[in-house]
Amino acid sequence: MRVALFVTCLTDQFYPRTGIAAVKVLEHLGCHVEFPLEQTCCGQPMYNNGLHAQAAALARRFVTIFEPFEAIITPSGSCAAMVRRHFADLLNSDPAWRDRAAAVSARTYEFVEFLDRVLKFNSVTAGVRWPGRATCHCACHLRELGLFDLPRHFLSSIPGLDLAPLAGAEQCCGFGGTFSVKYVDPSMAMVTDKVDALIASGTTTLVCNDAGCAMNIEGACRRRGVNVDIKSIAEILAEGLGLLPREGHG
Amino acid sequence: MSAHHAHDILFPALPYDMKPRSTRAAGDIQLQQFVNSATRSKDSGRRSTCRETFGERYDDLRRYAGSIKQQTLDHLDTHINRYIDNAQKHGVHVHFAKDAAQANAICLEIAQSRHCHVCVKSKSMVTEETGLVPALQAAGIETVETDLGEFILQLDDDAPSHIVTPMIHKDRTAVGRAFTRELGTPYSQDPAELTKIARDHMRALFQKADLGISGANFLIADDGSLVLCTNEGNADLSVGLPRVHIALVGIEKLIPALSDLPIFLKLLARSATAQPITVYTTIVKGPRQPTECGGPDEVHVVLLDNGRTGLLASDARELLRCIRCGACLNACPVYRKVGGGHAYGAVYSGPIGAVLTPALLGLANYADLPRASSLCGACREACPVDIDIPGQLIRLRAKLVDQRSMPWSERTMMKAWTWTLKTSARYRLASRLLRWAATHMSDSVDAQGRAWLKRAPGPAAGWTVGRDLPAPMPQSFREWWLREHGSHRP
Repeated sequence: MRVALFVTCLTDQFYPRTGIAAVKVLEHLGCHVEFPLEQTCCGQPMYNNGLHAQAAALARRFVTIFEPFEAIITPSGSCAAMVRRHFADLLNSDPAWRDRAAAVSARTYEFVEFLDRVLKFNSVTAGVRWPGRATCHCACHLRELGLFDLPRHFLSSIPGLDLAPLAGAEQCCGFGGTFSVKYVDPSMAMVTDKVDALIASGTTTLVCNDAGCAMNIEGACRRRGVNVDIKSIAEILAEGLGLLPREGHG
Repeated sequence: MSAHHAHDILFPALPYDMKPRSTRAAGDIQLQQFVNSATRSKDSGRRSTCRETFGERYDDLRRYAGSIKQQTLDHLDTHINRYIDNAQKHGVHVHFAKDAAQANAICLEIAQSRHCHVCVKSKSMVTEETGLVPALQAAGIETVETDLGEFILQLDDDAPSHIVTPMIHKDRTAVGRAFTRELGTPYSQDPAELTKIARDHMRALFQKADLGISGANFLIADDGSLVLCTNEGNADLSVGLPRVHIALVGIEKLIPALSDLPIFLKLLARSATAQPITVYTTIVKGPRQPTECGGPDEVHVVLLDNGRTGLLASDARELLRCIRCGACLNACPVYRKVGGGHAYGAVYSGPIGAVLTPALLGLANYADLPRASSLCGACREACPVDIDIPGQLIRLRAKLVDQRSMPWSERTMMKAWTWTLKTSARYRLASRLLRWAATHMSDSVDAQGRAWLKRAPGPAAGWTVGRDLPAPMPQSFREWWLREHGSHRP
């Protein structure tokens, strides 16, 4: 299968290891992975801030770049939701673009979703082994795709991985893009809850499939002097399959 | 406390700036604790009871309930006319008020012409919207809130901070103090004792009241009745005992038929308080009939517009589906942090308030509300009538941009950012500049080689109030890819 990786701007810049892990895992599973170099951003920040003309321009750009591929895979729940749920809305005034966007949206998957739903990936038969304890933060935008519980189910099936519950897992970490810099009081109070829950979980490994949440939670942990290893599911799988060396305190 | 403290809380100076109240609320540890624990337990109660009862069909049911409300709204004039015809058959007087002032004037006229002096009022957000209680009191009509929470707020000259749990921001010690100060009873913080005090006090008022006022949870078009749901039974007493009853009701409360009621009762009780059914559910048809031994001599229903027909004609009409269950407030992490401090600055708070208030009272007056959300979508998942609240928030944000209400600096920055993202060459150059600048400003480097900033400049300054900010990694994914795969692959 010829698939394209949409790495997303935050993952590209801040969590490149997630992208590397995704490529290695997908190639290991027999996909022919390409990385269209023209890609930048899906336009989510513009869309969420109400700059819809700007977001539409980036959406059209995205559609043009990714339409040659059988599947478009992204390691970010919020970017997947942007493409899947909001491109149609942004481009619906122009029927030609609307149809092209719909076709690309239908082939765009969040990384875990692609493994689970398309490749029918099974950690046991695939030979994944990741010994250690970890907890999971569910990125809110997976709600829009009906996948909110998928990362937890997926992780709990990995041999060796002892998944600790995270109190208040359904509560947003307080990132929300520009919300985190414009509405600092609620944003800080929310991430404080998340760090408290992480401390109470008794593990320092936090699995999180969204670079925005990861930056927010990791930044808050550092300020409080709380040890944390943030990993994406792609990294857990790459480590568990021996495709990347195990990293972190645990 | 000023004489109009409660009023100022829900009707602040405009344009409203959310920051002072949200900062105060987020910094009040005690408030955080009880609002957080109350909302979280209600939210998890809702989820478990709904899953238990409705199973996998919960989401289908929410969509179905939403479609009933939406279809009613799409033909609201027809349903209102049917309601009026049927209500009048039972002897109900139906009035129509286009705004708050007119609603209060109608209620006052009814009260004065019937020589009413003591009013027992049950909980109603619409009466908060019109400021009915102060209007009655100013006219010399002693008006007492009979919902326990609202009663305590009235004693404290405080205002509701939650649609269903109005005193979510107070604990029982505050109740004990209010009772001692205002009713002269010995201090207690025992819930049973406090309830008894309130009950004794209210019983006397119920006995002498000659006017009862309520809202309504639903108006049923095909039989002209109104439905009241309370857990304390106070609405029933306010209908049953005084000789005159007035229900002030928003026009969006219509549902087509009695046969539609069960689905809403099931969803309302579970969404609001995780109960299988509200303790007292009363269907009021009209005044006492000759064969009946109790009930009011007169029942008046005042249908309130107050901006609703405008909303109906807009692309925010789905907001009128709302049945005021408060589930979105309980689910909302932002409400949990700032809602207890009345930070939404209006009668309706939380996610629904964040979209309803700007729609009713002007977006320019409440520009903060649609922005103060992380768009996590918990509200949408909780809504029993499937209102796309995050979608409405984004729509309002787009409107702010169109109206040039977004600060110039922010708009310019977003546009420059978009320009940068339009070619990968610009994106790569900007990333390198950002990495260079951030690495120079950083004060530490972690084990993975990531540089961190304790203080970020400009628009990112808010981030570093309580968080370190990462700099881009020394090698981006793109750089890794080019090194590994070269540029021969696209």
